[in-house]
Amino acid sequence: MPVRVQTEDFDLSREVAQLRAAQGPRAAQIGGIATFIGTVRDINDGSGVSSLTLEHYPGMTEKALENIVTQAHGRWDIFDALVIHRVGILHPQDQIVLVVTLGAHRGEAFAACEFIMDYLKTQAPFWKKEATPQGERWVEARASDDTAAAKWGTAASNDANKGGK
Amino acid sequence: MAIKVLYFAGLREALGVSSESMELPVGITTVGDLRTLLAARGGKWAEQLAPTRNVRMAVIQLMVPAHAPVKDGDEVAFFPPVTGG
Repeated sequence: MPVRVQTEDFDLSREVAQLRAAQGPRAAQIGGIATFIGTVRDINDGSGVSSLTLEHYPGMTEKALENIVTQAHGRWDIFDALVIHRVGILHPQDQIVLVVTLGAHRGEAFAACEFIMDYLKTQAPFWKKEATPQGERWVEARASDDTAAAKWGTAASNDANKGGK
Repeated sequence: MAIKVLYFAGLREALGVSSESMELPVGITTVGDLRTLLAARGGKWAEQLAPTRNVRMAVIQLMVPAHAPVKDGDEVAFFPPVTGG
């Protein structure tokens, strides 16, 4: 279950090809590959965004992502998953995050991919700072991300005062 | 032995410190105790770590609730809710 945190951009086709190749003979059992790419928008909360700086907690980030992927494996019968998350300075339209899941069928591939993204949003230690015409500002966590994570049925709140872990 | 305390993102900026080492004071057994102790420094510490603030905590690089134990040698971190993805 490869997990990478990097400043460099990534190439979807190359990453999917490498992940499939890494499965060896069982690659022929894969019938569904789900991919998600998160990208930088040029507007957020009503302000233009000229750039985004992504900070993370080295060491913990990788552990958190590996833990999320492990949980996905526990819930769905997927062959493998890949998570790449970029850090550093990014600009509108840049790619931020890639999730790839390999399943025998589309159902588990889609579900695991969405689960990994929902959990990543509330459980992986990344923080975005936006540059706007009004100056720099840290992005606020969204309640909707908590709602999205909650639908998977375990405590994964981003709100420390709600006892999320 | 001491503990290492890390601060990230907006909290790091507001406190003006990214990490510090400290002897684990007698009587501090949970990460919530440690937060209360740090808030008692007053000023920006009291403001940023006030109980009403949504501050997330990690011990040995694992997110934990306030009642999680802290022991000598641990790496502890305080940070705002995460906003990756």
